[in-house]
Amino acid sequence: MANSIKIRAKIKGDTTEVKCLMTHPMETGLRKDSKTGKLVPAHFINEVIAEAGGKPVMTAEWSGGISKNPYLSFSFTGAAKGDEVKITWKDNQGGSDSETAKIS
Amino acid sequence: MKMTQLALTAICAISATVVMADKKATDTSPAEDLKVYRDYFNKRFPGIPLNEFGNGVYAIDKVSRDSWEAIEEFPPYEPMIEAGEAMWNKPFANGKSFASCFGNSPAQRKNYPHWDAKRKMVVTMELAINDCLEANGEKPLGYNKGKIADLAAYMAYQSRGQKIDVQIPNDPDALAAYNDGKAFYFARRGQLNFSCASCHMESAGMHVRTDTLSPALGHASGWPVYRSKWGELGTLHRRFGGCNEQVRAKKFKPQGKEYRNLEYFLAHMSNGIEYNGPSSRK
Amino acid sequence: MTMNTKRRVFLKGSMAAGSVGVAIGAGLLAPQAVIAAWNEKAFQAKSVDDALTATMGAAANTASDAIKIKAPDIAENGAVVPVSVSTDMSGVESIALLAEGNNTPLVATFMLGAGAIPDVSTRIKMGKTSDVIAVVKAGGKLHSARKSVKVTIGGCGG
Ligand code: HEC
Repeated sequence: MANSIKIRAKIKGDTTEVKCLMTHPMETGLRKDSKTGKLVPAHFINEVIAEAGGKPVMTAEWSGGISKNPYLSFSFTGAAKGDEVKITWKDNQGGSDSETAKIS
Repeated sequence: MKMTQLALTAICAISATVVMADKKATDTSPAEDLKVYRDYFNKRFPGIPLNEFGNGVYAIDKVSRDSWEAIEEFPPYEPMIEAGEAMWNKPFANGKSFASCFGNSPAQRKNYPHWDAKRKMVVTMELAINDCLEANGEKPLGYNKGKIADLAAYMAYQSRGQKIDVQIPNDPDALAAYNDGKAFYFARRGQLNFSCASCHMESAGMHVRTDTLSPALGHASGWPVYRSKWGELGTLHRRFGGCNEQVRAKKFKPQGKEYRNLEYFLAHMSNGIEYNGPSSRK
Repeated sequence: MTMNTKRRVFLKGSMAAGSVGVAIGAGLLAPQAVIAAWNEKAFQAKSVDDALTATMGAAANTASDAIKIKAPDIAENGAVVPVSVSTDMSGVESIALLAEGNNTPLVATFMLGAGAIPDVSTRIKMGKTSDVIAVVKAGGKLHSARKSVKVTIGGCGG
């Protein structure tokens, strides 16, 4: 699952805005496969952790109600240009991925 | 299904005023056509700059445009552009790569579709991609989605800002291909007896059930497209197939002669509009 | 890659920052920040009140103008509805986002850490026309706002 997260982190004044896009099917478990007619098993990101400078700035919990290939943006203060932002997701099937980006 | 039919029937009634459909495809030249269509859409949607038509329905539908802009803020197709870039850079088994077929530049959008006088056929970018693979002993790709759409997304992205400039050379075969595409566009088909033009010319801006119909002008500019409905990228010919099927007509093979000629006609109509693919759509 | 120059004209953002990290394999490294387990009870609750009780500890809340929800009046496609929630309230601890008409209304919760500004955006699925509800926990109290979003089924369009 390498490279399933894309991050843009920009600082303006003292506020850093982080936008990220994750590649994930976000299956609710309620959708039927159009070919087989069988339910597609639930497979969704249920937790996203955002850290800056090693400290957590936000933790999100999600249901399968977040759209496929999820988008998330959030803002925080207290960082500087060049600092690292780290995003980690975990899903309900035990998968996870993590990515870092420098604030520009 | 029933509701769709009702809505469509409603359109049928509205679109009794047929502007261009009744003529034979060969009655007018491509240059004359271009002018007629341009005037028609300018009158229909006054004040909309030509290039805006490259944004499909969002050029004319403010409500849905807001959501679209929010999605384009960080569009779901971005990872696919990167996947396409990786394909572009990866050597084939023989050591060559796509660059060897495309003059070393992925920014190829402006060169397709074009008339190939030697092969006597319209060549689209997707067709050229598979030609390249086969010429190098590689397996061709499926035309509707997946890898071909990734690579096309990368090439389209690198070509953003190039203008559509489809030439119909003074060659009876080329003109015949163009006229074939045009006839296809105006031909009524399917159980619902609709032509492409019934929806995207005569009824552009009107609603079919939950959709606002986009104008035909600009239809060739933004491909491949990430549709929320598909949850993935798809090519223009995949969309052609979908639009055929929704009037319960049979769909044709992607990159078969029918759809290539259709693309030739449709892209010509949009000459002067910038290529802006890939795009997101609902 | 050099995407900056080719973004859509109306976009002011820049391309994703060059990633400097290495992806960790599935489940190899559990990030330390994760302490709480996923709140299954809240996310499987069938009503807004049950979901709120399970995630925020209570369902009672007061409507507040200080919470802004940005969402389309008419969703283009219920599969992807862009939603932003922001507030200028101080002392915000967490934000819950719900789609009232969904089978299980709770879509997301956001726990704000040090320095976080209560301003989040995401894209959600909506099964039918209903209100999007944002509940903000600040100073131990719950405040809420709602915005109705009309969802039409994208049935036509190939
Ligand atoms: C019954 C009406 C109807 C007919 C007939 C129809 N379409 Fe469509 N078409 C739609 C709808 C609805 C959409 C989605 C909304 C939109 O963009 O117009 C669509 C979308 C498209 C798009 C995508 C536009 C974009 O910007 O993403 C293309 C291209 C297209 N149609 C081409 C065609 C062609 C070519 C034909 C004839 C083979 C055709 N359509 C026939 C209803 C129709």
